[in-house]
Amino acid sequence: MSTETAQISAQSPPAGLYGAALRAAFVKLHPRALMGNPVIFVTAVTATLTSALALRDMAIGTPGAAVSIQIAFWLWVCVIFANFAEALAEGRGKARADSLRATKAETTVKLLAHEADQAPRLVPSGALRTGQLVLVEAGDLIPTDAEVIRGVASVDESAITGESAPVIRESGGDRCSVTGGTRIVSDSLIIRITAEPGKSFLDRMIALVEGAERQRTPNEIALNILLAGLTLIFLIVVVTLEPFARYSGIVIPVITLSALFVTLIPTTIGGLLSAIGIAGMDRLVRANVIAKSGRAVEAAGDVDILLLDKTGTITFGNRMADAFVPARGTDTRKLAMAAFLASLADDTPEGKSIVELAERQLQTVTRIPEPGSVPVPFSAQSRLSGVDFAGIRLRKGAVDAIERFTGQSTDPALRARVDEIARSGGTPLLVAENDQILGAIHLKDVIKPGIRERFVALRAMGIRTVMITGDNPLTAAAIAAEAGVDDFLAEATPEMKLDYIRKEQAGGRLVAMCGDGSNDAPALAQADVGVAMNSGTPAAKEAANLIDLDSDPTKLIEVVMVGKQLLISRGALTTFSIANDVAKYFAILPAIFVAAYPGLGVLNVMGLSSPQSAILSAVIFNALIIVALIPLALRGVAYQPSSAAALLRRNLTIYGLGGIVAPFIGIKLIDMGVTALGLA
Amino acid sequence: MHDLMGYALFCAALTAGGWVLARWMTRVYEGGPNPLTTVLGPVERGIYRLSGIDAQVQQGWRGYALAALAFNLLGFVLLYGILRLQQVLPLNPDGVGAISPDLAFNTAVSFVTNTNWQAYSGEAQLSYLSQMTGLTVQNFVSAATGMAVGLAVIRGFTAPKGTGLGNFWTDMTRSVLYVLLPLSILLAVALILQGVPQTLLGGAHVTTLEGAQQIIPRGPAASQIAIKQLGTNGGGFFGVNSAHPLENPTVASNMLQCLSILLIPVAFCFLFGRMARDARQGWAIYAAMGVMFLIGLVVVWAGETGAASLEGKEMRFGAALSALWGVVTTAASNGSVNAMHDSFMPLSGLVEIVNMAIGEVIFGGVGAGLYGMLLYVVLAVFLAGLMVGRTPEYLGRKIEAREVTLAMLAFLSMPLGILIGGAISVTVPTAAASIQEAGPHGLSETLYAYSSAVGNNGSAFAGWGAAAQWQTTALGLLMILGRFAIILPMLAIAGSLIAKRQSPVTVGTFPTHGPLFVTLLVLTVLILGALTFFPVLALGPIAEHTALAIGQSF
Repeated sequence: MSTETAQISAQSPPAGLYGAALRAAFVKLHPRALMGNPVIFVTAVTATLTSALALRDMAIGTPGAAVSIQIAFWLWVCVIFANFAEALAEGRGKARADSLRATKAETTVKLLAHEADQAPRLVPSGALRTGQLVLVEAGDLIPTDAEVIRGVASVDESAITGESAPVIRESGGDRCSVTGGTRIVSDSLIIRITAEPGKSFLDRMIALVEGAERQRTPNEIALNILLAGLTLIFLIVVVTLEPFARYSGIVIPVITLSALFVTLIPTTIGGLLSAIGIAGMDRLVRANVIAKSGRAVEAAGDVDILLLDKTGTITFGNRMADAFVPARGTDTRKLAMAAFLASLADDTPEGKSIVELAERQLQTVTRIPEPGSVPVPFSAQSRLSGVDFAGIRLRKGAVDAIERFTGQSTDPALRARVDEIARSGGTPLLVAENDQILGAIHLKDVIKPGIRERFVALRAMGIRTVMITGDNPLTAAAIAAEAGVDDFLAEATPEMKLDYIRKEQAGGRLVAMCGDGSNDAPALAQADVGVAMNSGTPAAKEAANLIDLDSDPTKLIEVVMVGKQLLISRGALTTFSIANDVAKYFAILPAIFVAAYPGLGVLNVMGLSSPQSAILSAVIFNALIIVALIPLALRGVAYQPSSAAALLRRNLTIYGLGGIVAPFIGIKLIDMGVTALGLA
Repeated sequence: MHDLMGYALFCAALTAGGWVLARWMTRVYEGGPNPLTTVLGPVERGIYRLSGIDAQVQQGWRGYALAALAFNLLGFVLLYGILRLQQVLPLNPDGVGAISPDLAFNTAVSFVTNTNWQAYSGEAQLSYLSQMTGLTVQNFVSAATGMAVGLAVIRGFTAPKGTGLGNFWTDMTRSVLYVLLPLSILLAVALILQGVPQTLLGGAHVTTLEGAQQIIPRGPAASQIAIKQLGTNGGGFFGVNSAHPLENPTVASNMLQCLSILLIPVAFCFLFGRMARDARQGWAIYAAMGVMFLIGLVVVWAGETGAASLEGKEMRFGAALSALWGVVTTAASNGSVNAMHDSFMPLSGLVEIVNMAIGEVIFGGVGAGLYGMLLYVVLAVFLAGLMVGRTPEYLGRKIEAREVTLAMLAFLSMPLGILIGGAISVTVPTAAASIQEAGPHGLSETLYAYSSAVGNNGSAFAGWGAAAQWQTTALGLLMILGRFAIILPMLAIAGSLIAKRQSPVTVGTFPTHGPLFVTLLVLTVLILGALTFFPVLALGPIAEHTALAIGQSF
């Protein structure tokens, strides 16, 4: 089931979705549903009026009634297409929501009175309340969001993240959070409920992808006001045109005025606005990020500064062995062999990476300990680890610890190399055999491949990246330079993060960060965009406004891209919609006025065949352009990270200039079709 | 070609003059000492002391707007009173009578709103007192009101977060004392040297060559003409305005007047750049206005100097200077004329109507032109700003729902006033009687009048009955709409913006300087502003033009 979920979310919408969306488009004709969208509501009102008049014309046999009926028909088509766009966007989310809902089965859970309770009471999961303790064992479904207070267990989270490998959840630390709908694979946990059933992340995610909980974002509200204002202005234009025309000895039929009105008001963006918003959220959900509010997604587009944790985002979590540096008179192979043997019993990531590096260099070794060897584990007192066998004592450890162990001091040449390693941000370890220092191991933070390029792209967009690390300033500077971040915060404490964010915000910058630990919560709350890892503590998740189900800190960059693309799509289609009006004036005005002022025929620059055909073609274009742009609205406008000036030039050319030119061509083609079919 | 060279010279002189004046104005409005404070400083302080003004108090947008409204209301009441009582008041050597209530309302509103629409004939219907203390005072203070509001709006866009919009009383007093007054004196002297009368002796009684007795009206003309041009007022001393040989005697006086009309509006563009501490922002707005100005000028010039009929044309200065004057005054919300716009070619009339109907934002009225253009800037930035993937910003401040709402409200006043007012005017028989020409030209006349009133311009197509009671009342109300329905929302936008923190400029910031932004701004004005009027313009000047082309006449 879990893998199915992942597949569904990755697929394009199945064919059945279109049928369902079309049905929903008609359901949405209910006035209350239309009311939310002023432009489309006004279009529907005009379509109703036009239909009544066209039917009257047909009943009394007014000449031209056939064209009137067609105009009325296409005005309705315009409304239906706008509804269809919204329904299609919602439908894509519904498919995912349904599969999520399947994991929300009502189960029986083992309620504990207290932590040491040995006799759990069985209650239905729907009756759970926050703060209650529940025992979950292998095979159990976690009923709702909770915090682990005792135990360690592996949990299958694939229903939420699509990732099939189970993850470890344990009490204390930053991996203590479990999500409703996930399943215990092994062991058992005692969990404290943090969200009542129906209010868990799963529920929030379902509501989000269905579009049910969609709140308008600030930019969307402002855009809606602009569109309503433009609609009002065009209403004034069209209503006053009647008396002006009458003064000029022209009587314009109401149906023609309606056609002019609907083609002038911004129906294209009005029809696609909510689809763009829903599709933007859907893109975020596909990236496995849950937004607690649409505002956060928009704010992500505005971000000026990204605070990124070094570990896990910029570097792989652990230091890894990078090179062996032999002491004078020692063979590299001997050093590698000694390091290999000394690390065989070392289970830490550093130890494993030393073994792997030695294997690569020596090639012929096998991971079988020398017979009779005794591993010496790392201890806080000696700060050394290694192995003893056949009278040989191999040790590896920090420089001063090895010097103490051997009673020797490092030779000057090796000393210089060791200092160099430290300066470059790496960690030097020495390896000794009895009282002889064999050489050093260079452990370093390995920068994730491709991360440097992403920072370059971010810089091109005007976003600064700041690395946060607990390392000392020297090490931090070296890694910062290697990764290509703009700034770093070394030896960072939660307070320093908070201060840094406040300082930048006071300078007018918007800051985004991600975090997982409880001590990140204040900074997450202060940041304009805070992304919490799903594996993180409930406090961090509560403070953040976005939650990444994959717990991948790099996701912050994706979120910024989604936010920007959402805004760009809206702006581009608005510009396109308004630019379209130029051509519509040139189609309809000469058609209305040419009888009284034959000279105004020169405005018919498209050479449309007849006044009736011109008006009809403009109305048809107006409806068809909505359906033609649905894919763009759902997919989002293509976005390459680049400077605002470059983006503006590109988008203004495509959607501004294109918006002026496209309808001239489109209306002309439709006119040719209309004429050829004898429709007008 | 000769004409175009002259135009180029004019534009160069205008740009240089505006740039220099902007430096001066920056200094004046910063409030520190300047070379004139030694003389006028005591006057300024005296004015504050007499009227109980604390010059240091910073006002919010509400306080600023209230002060402007109260001051204008008081000005209206005073002017209305003077006009109604002029027959019993002094300084009336020619013994003119009282003005009817509706005409007095129209005239008072017209001068308080910096429109200077003249439904009266100055030399025949107004006493010297009405001209000098009534109209001329308003010529100064209505212009200064526009400049003050312009300043407050600039501060809202450019000043640091949390500061005030300034103080209406000091902004206005300084505008009068240090900008309008010195410039007017300079210009008046220059005009007197060119032969414009400046006397309180009443009309000259002369015997003509045929031996008939004639009264040539004179008066304190030069001083009033100077401020009528500098303050983008336009209300002439004489009824036919600057087409009158005593109001505008020479080519030199003509060019000086043209320059002085646009001088302060141009300076406001550069002042904006200076106050934004980024001169490029000022140049961008100047360039957008300049492009539209030149397009209009070329169209009118081509129409007027082409194979035009000569009927009704001004021959004293010729077609090229008539064209320049026509475009300058309609662009700048200055109602003065040196030729009858009614006799221009239809497309020239179209340019003039568009100049006014888009809200007088091509340089526009003093101060008013800039805040009108900033209204389009807000809309342009909001529309296109989203396309760079950020919440739209201008000068580092976010343009959000509140600003968009207010900008739409302000923007609405133009179609509301011009289209609804015009539509009623051609429908209601009493109002439609003002139209004296058949066919599309009659419609153009009405459109011109309503655009002029709502745009606070003040010029008219001659031959349209502006004095009818319907029109004096309707146009008076629309002048109020056109002035304050833009001032109030723009001040509110300024108040909202100044409360926002300014985000620093990065490569991700929407660039609001440079050719791309200028193009965007021009297109926004043309598509949102001009296209709104396209249908009715098609029935008026465009129909007239195309009818001429195919030989149809009305």
